Amino acid sequence: MGFDKADDASAYMIDEEKVLLQTVDIFPPVVDDPYIFGQIAAANAVSDIYAMGGKPLLAMNIFCCPEDMPEEIAGEILRGGYDKINEAGAMITGGHTIKDKEPKYGLAVTGFVHPRNLLTNRGAKEGDIIILTKPLGTGILTTAAKAGLLGSAETEEMIKSMTSLNDFITEAVCEYDINACTDVTGFGLLGHCYEMAEASGLTAVIKSKKVPYMKNALELAKAGIIPAGAYANIEHIKCRSKISPHVPEEMSDVMHDPQTSGGLLISMPQKEAEKFLASIKKSLPYSCAIGSFSPKKDVDIIVEA
Amino acid sequence: MIIDVKGEVCPVPVIKAKKALKEMPFGTLEVLTDSDVAVKNLEKMARTENCLFSFKEEENIFHVFIKKEGKENAGQLKEEDEKSHEEHVVKGPKVVAIASDRMGSGDRKLGKILIKGFIFALTQMDELPASVLFYNSGAHLTVEGSSSIDDIKTLEAAGAEILTCGTCLDHYGIADKLEVGSVTNMYEIVDRMSKAQSIIRP
Repeated sequence: MGFDKADDASAYMIDEEKVLLQTVDIFPPVVDDPYIFGQIAAANAVSDIYAMGGKPLLAMNIFCCPEDMPEEIAGEILRGGYDKINEAGAMITGGHTIKDKEPKYGLAVTGFVHPRNLLTNRGAKEGDIIILTKPLGTGILTTAAKAGLLGSAETEEMIKSMTSLNDFITEAVCEYDINACTDVTGFGLLGHCYEMAEASGLTAVIKSKKVPYMKNALELAKAGIIPAGAYANIEHIKCRSKISPHVPEEMSDVMHDPQTSGGLLISMPQKEAEKFLASIKKSLPYSCAIGSFSPKKDVDIIVEA
Repeated sequence: MIIDVKGEVCPVPVIKAKKALKEMPFGTLEVLTDSDVAVKNLEKMARTENCLFSFKEEENIFHVFIKKEGKENAGQLKEEDEKSHEEHVVKGPKVVAIASDRMGSGDRKLGKILIKGFIFALTQMDELPASVLFYNSGAHLTVEGSSSIDDIKTLEAAGAEILTCGTCLDHYGIADKLEVGSVTNMYEIVDRMSKAQSIIRP
């Protein structure tokens, strides 16, 4: 694919029928439950393959394990990863563990995609609708959870979102005309929108009122429960984005919030978008159209109230 | 009060500062931190808590000042501020809970005259209440058209915290008519009541 544009996985064309995809992602625990952490890490790692339209095939564990970590905790993390990769229809064939002070877990994932189904973030076209498939706020909510500020309903919603696979895309890519796709992770919604807009030579116009977020994310943002990554993201794209003064500050913070195992950001023609949204509404209730692509303006992202 | 959260990362500084702020009836909280992210988050927290915010940086340490407003009159001397602070800490805050737009249960008209007189008398007391809570039909007293507005504004200007229950404002459809103080919720109402040394109910 080349290195100039920020794609989700590396892609190598094997022949006219097959593109090999490879990706790796690893991070420290975002939740207390080791089994759930394992699932989140796996859903997050495999998401890069989905973001390119592919199907995961093989995965390898990468595990940084503190010496004093009880064996059953380590086992639960790996079991979470195993179960999630299994759910994705792929296999864990091995891995590597090293000792480290802070635990970290993730996977290297290999997948395949037919060249005509290969999705990148550079194919968006003028007039395309931008769709987001998961609600925002995992960075803010996991920060709040560390401080014991989350109720059980919110924790459950957050976990459900982070452990759910973005696997719907492998079918969608065959049925619908998708122009560009990426997954929303560390750079936040606007950071990944920026990458897509920049790579496609367009300007993304986002309607902040349409952007889905998890319950309580706004209240927590307002109260200053915001991870450092969100501020780094704001700095990162400050010069490339124009946010209307009518957008509440907490909403802007949520749109910069770094996501773990976030949803897919999909760019497709309007006619297709309506059919597509109707088809995924049931399985992904938060999915919705959050904006569209306009011809290139002086900034890459415009956020309207 | 000063709290030191150097070396702590978010959300710890915000949580600790919020807790410290809740424990003090008013005055200035100083937070020492080495994280610029914590400074930004503390600013948001201060705004949500209706507090004044400022900070200075000295040798890579941020001194963040969060001031719980309203407990001193403009122009009053700092010593007095600190003195009244001490008094409050010693005695514990006095909270007035106004649950109705009338005082007592007899004649309706008389009840309204009495509550107006009660609120006026509050403004004349030597020791002001730390908070005045308005809920149920008491919410009618802090909105446009209430004959006690001026007295409640006097209480607020003198440093009393004026809180009206949001659920009640919504219930009576007067949420957009609030004229004095701020909107609150049941957590805050319970919090003020449980921290009060005495609760006065007309």
